[in-house]
Amino acid sequence: MNTMLEARDLTKRFVKTLDLAGKIAQKLGAGVREEVVHAVNHVDFSIDPGEVVGLVGESGCGKSTVGRMVAGILPPTEGKILFKGTDVAGMDDADSKTAALQIQMIFQDPFASLNPRMRVQDIIGEAPTIHGIIKRAETAAYVEDIMLRVGLDPDYRRRYPHQFSGGQRQRIGIARALAVKPEFLVCDEAIAALDVSIQAQVLNLFIGLREDLNLTYLFISHDLGVVEHISDRVIIMYLGRIIEIAPTEELFKSPNHPYTKALLNEVPRLDARRRDFAPVAGEIPSPIDPPSGCHFHPRCPHATERCRNEVPVLKAVAPGRVSACHLNDTH
Amino acid sequence: MTSARSTLQVEGLETYFFTKAGVVKAVDGVSFAVGRGEVMGLVGESGCGKSVTGFSIMGLVDPPGRIVGGQVLFNGENLLTASEEHMRALRGSRIAMIFQDPMMTLNPVLRIDTQMIETIRAHERIDHASARQRARDALGQVGIPSPDERLRAYPHQFSGGMRQRVAIAIALLNKPDLIIADEPTTALDVTIQGQILYEAQKLCRELGMALIWITHDLAVVAGLADKICVMYAGKIVEQGLVDDVLDHPVHPYTVGLIGSVPSHNPRGQPLAQIPGMTPSLLNLPPGCAFRTRCSRASGICEQEPRLSEPRSGHKVRCFHPCLEGHA
Ligand SMILES: Nc1ncnc2c1ncn2[C@@H]1O[C@H](COP(=O)(O)OP(=O)(O)OP(=O)(O)O)[C@@H](O)[C@H]1O
Ligand SMILES: Nc1ncnc2c1ncn2[C@@H]1O[C@H](COP(=O)(O)OP(=O)(O)O)[C@@H](O)[C@H]1O
Ligand code: SF4
Ligand code: SF4
Ligand SMILES: [Mg+2]
Ligand SMILES: [Mg+2]
Repeated sequence: MNTMLEARDLTKRFVKTLDLAGKIAQKLGAGVREEVVHAVNHVDFSIDPGEVVGLVGESGCGKSTVGRMVAGILPPTEGKILFKGTDVAGMDDADSKTAALQIQMIFQDPFASLNPRMRVQDIIGEAPTIHGIIKRAETAAYVEDIMLRVGLDPDYRRRYPHQFSGGQRQRIGIARALAVKPEFLVCDEAIAALDVSIQAQVLNLFIGLREDLNLTYLFISHDLGVVEHISDRVIIMYLGRIIEIAPTEELFKSPNHPYTKALLNEVPRLDARRRDFAPVAGEIPSPIDPPSGCHFHPRCPHATERCRNEVPVLKAVAPGRVSACHLNDTH
Repeated sequence: MTSARSTLQVEGLETYFFTKAGVVKAVDGVSFAVGRGEVMGLVGESGCGKSVTGFSIMGLVDPPGRIVGGQVLFNGENLLTASEEHMRALRGSRIAMIFQDPMMTLNPVLRIDTQMIETIRAHERIDHASARQRARDALGQVGIPSPDERLRAYPHQFSGGMRQRVAIAIALLNKPDLIIADEPTTALDVTIQGQILYEAQKLCRELGMALIWITHDLAVVAGLADKICVMYAGKIVEQGLVDDVLDHPVHPYTVGLIGSVPSHNPRGQPLAQIPGMTPSLLNLPPGCAFRTRCSRASGICEQEPRLSEPRSGHKVRCFHPCLEGHA
């Protein structure tokens, strides 16, 4: 069986170009150099058809950058993405157009991603008509169908985005993505901006759509509770690298990597009352100048000399589980 | 819970905004009390009136907003009748507020030491060197490494989490009796949030401050607070000890909120969601504001439910509280 999606050695570097002051300083020989951000650093993972894979990590660790490369809206610096076994970079025009439709992305800020001057019916109906997925005459019925599916009242089809609440706007974004009949959705913090009760509604929508339409998700979130609820497997990133991948239940029951352990320990839980917080020390380092060896070593209680010098690679620690920590070599 | 020893006792607080479009009853009859060393969680979804409650206690409500009723008793003194001069003296010394955006507290163009020393000397006659020493100690207290060096930095030289710590350090400078923290960790990462919660908890225990922690995250309150107030559309709909409210919620809204927390539910299963959305507070019709979303609503819910106390210390504002199966 083919995988739905595979990332091989996927890497993205951003070069922060100098501002005017920097350029002048450089001309004057001040030794100011352009900064390179290693946003995503040689990551490998695969996603099976029908699977929901959660991608978690703290701010700036590269989640969105991975998501945007997977969705085809950001070219990788190195490495490749295989969609159903074929390298998307090597596809001919027709195949690459098909792949672009089959992989859709849903963003955090529902408002910023919707054209404020378009009516809902056009936001949802435009792409499938242009791409010939439906005939123009069928558009109205098609839009109505999709609106019902995502829980929007079709009577609102002539309204503009600003006339909807945050939760409804996110539904419009989901409807727009579904309209081109995708198989694979990249959801980037898709419920993060919503209130708790609305989050639950939209999360339920994602769960229902997955079953009804047999969708595959890469579900990006910093909220471990949400990821635990919806994912079959979870990928944990730290500073541009994947540090652990595991089936959800196993990960939450027995995390392997010290960073994963620290992260899970910090997740506030309803049943953890008046607890004694014992947080992991230190700040998240800058991806411009990441620590040597294991990126986590300045904050890790188990760090040794080796951790400062040698990058731990992802290794199998159990069937279907990988983790990147030197501790796994010592016993 | 409303003993004479309460640091803060809020009674029937009403704060309305008189806008061109109509009246927004942002805080509509809110009562609670917090004592020394006690942490109270104020929980609710966006727009329910949490921040306005905090601003009202601080005396920071600006037109078109106005406090139209109630009492705010701080160490027994009603702040709503206090002079602006007196309020200024209290703010930053006896009562402090921490915001979601630490830049509400910090001045971007002043060094941290300047800001901290000014805050101390605004309320106390103390020489520069001692003020500096106290600022240094406060930074150390909230876990900022090499505080001597960091004192000379500007706010933009700190990460978001560090900036929030500095804001907390400033709030602590004059050892206030009460801190109102308005979603101070909402914008932060989990491990950084954990660090801030740890500091807040430690300070509350060590210094015996009263702490009001405003958040939309029930789980944060579960780990931090002693008691909890759940707010909906300007009113507190349920309040009590954390264990009572989270283990035996009686208001349909609280029950729904708890059902909406993913980690509290079986994996992959639909959550017991609350239908609909929070109402606009502009010209809100009388009666229970939750009734359009409530599965227990009946005709009587078009009237105003009063606060009842089905169990000692556990209060609810509902005609049909979920008392089934409770002793
Ligand atoms: N266009 C860009 N130019 C320069 N740097 C960038 C750009 N986009 C992202 N970065 C940097 O790459 C790193 C990873 O960013 P990314 O947006 O993928 O993080 P993230 O994990 O999605 O974080 P968050 O949880 O805050 O959304 C960050 O250091 C970010 O500042
Ligand atoms: N300056 C203002 N003018 C008019 N309405 C306001 C103003 N500030 C707040 N409100 C309204 O008061 C209500 C409560 O707001 P707030 O306390 O900020 O909510 P939250 O619970 O999210 O902190 C909201 O309906 C908000 O729109
Ligand atoms: S490799 Fe070393 S520093 Fe990194 S997580 Fe493992 S023990 Fe800690
Ligand atoms: S008063 Fe009525 S509508 Fe309001 S929460 Fe109770 S049962 Fe529901
Ligand atoms: Mg992101
Ligand atoms: Mg607020």
